[in-house]
Amino acid sequence: MDRKTIDLWVGIFLLLGFGALLFLALKVGNLGSERTGALYTVEARFENIGGLKLKAPVKSSGVLVGRVTDIRLDPEKFQAVATLSIDKRFEFPKDTGASILTSGLLGEVYIGLDAGGDDKKLAQGDRIKITQSAVVLERLIGQFMFNRAAEGPDKK
Amino acid sequence: MIEPIRGLGARGIETIWRGGAMARFFWLVLVQSGMSFRRLSLTVREIYFAGVMSLVIIMVSGLFVGMVLGLQGFETLQKYGAEETMGVLVALSLVRELGPVVTALLFASRAGSAITAEIGLMKATEQLKAMDMMAIDPVARVVAPRFWAGVISMPILAALFSAMGIFGGYIVAVALVGIDPGVFWANMQSAVDFRYDILNGIIKSIAFGIAVSIIATFEGFDADPTAEGVSRATTRTVVTSALTVLAIDLILTAFMIRGL
Repeated sequence: MDRKTIDLWVGIFLLLGFGALLFLALKVGNLGSERTGALYTVEARFENIGGLKLKAPVKSSGVLVGRVTDIRLDPEKFQAVATLSIDKRFEFPKDTGASILTSGLLGEVYIGLDAGGDDKKLAQGDRIKITQSAVVLERLIGQFMFNRAAEGPDKK
Repeated sequence: MIEPIRGLGARGIETIWRGGAMARFFWLVLVQSGMSFRRLSLTVREIYFAGVMSLVIIMVSGLFVGMVLGLQGFETLQKYGAEETMGVLVALSLVRELGPVVTALLFASRAGSAITAEIGLMKATEQLKAMDMMAIDPVARVVAPRFWAGVISMPILAALFSAMGIFGGYIVAVALVGIDPGVFWANMQSAVDFRYDILNGIIKSIAFGIAVSIIATFEGFDADPTAEGVSRATTRTVVTSALTVLAIDLILTAFMIRGL
């Protein structure tokens, strides 16, 4: 086997390898679809974030507009503070509300933004004031049972 | 009563000695690597024998593994009415685990054993000694190019394995099961993360490449210079590589999962 043939085959091999990597990165992974355009971050405080995780999507009318980039606990008020990175192209009004929602019964947890009507827009570092916490199933059931117990004796 | 314990002790000492010798050998190969990059044609030749010649087995196995994953995944996912996520199952299992691990196992048996046999035979026929006599370092001239060829080939082969596997899964999903191709890719893309899944898979395959290559070259270099010694060294390469790859996989996975 002479030198040129070997070089040619190794070249084809390396090209195939890079092709496979590119395929994995762009077609299989999310490297191509993820916009890395300009972002701005806003804060939202919640009483309870439920199963919200880092990198959870932020959606408005069901369309992906950003991601949750940080979750921490305010040590004084004991509230969860979620930092949302939102695409610069979407400027939301100041009175936009944020609520923690779940897609489907067992689906992923995401933050839904409901645009308000204010003329002023949210800017970098602002806080979303109107927030709605996650619905914790156990509490919901507990409340339901408590209500039933409370109204139970009347019906008997 | 004493004899078995003595035997165990001897084996323990032998194992530790081999581990230490292999670590020193690894260091020696790294130090003597200069020539394999200065005379790149040496390494290119070895990439041809280790990498290019393994292409067929890797790509065909990848295709089959992907198709089997697709069929098995469909069988189970169907029970939950989640056939659409088949792409996610196939892609994640291949990119994270099966791609690097199965490629490393195949690579050890296809290329690793060949490297061991070649170096072992060179030793048996005293070619290595002859090189030494001519003031050519056999580690720099024979071992290092084979080592680097293995390290370079492994990630490429693993990526090809994963890509072929995903293609196999695609064939099963779209042609056999009838899942919409758009849904197949969209679900996959939203679930597979470049940094956490693909990059970690590549890191794994590089680690496996280093492990398999160093084991194969060490066993060849260390083989008894007889026909029996070479055959035993070849067997040991495959067995040790397989165990080492799986052990490294467990350790790396434990570290990688924790970050999620």
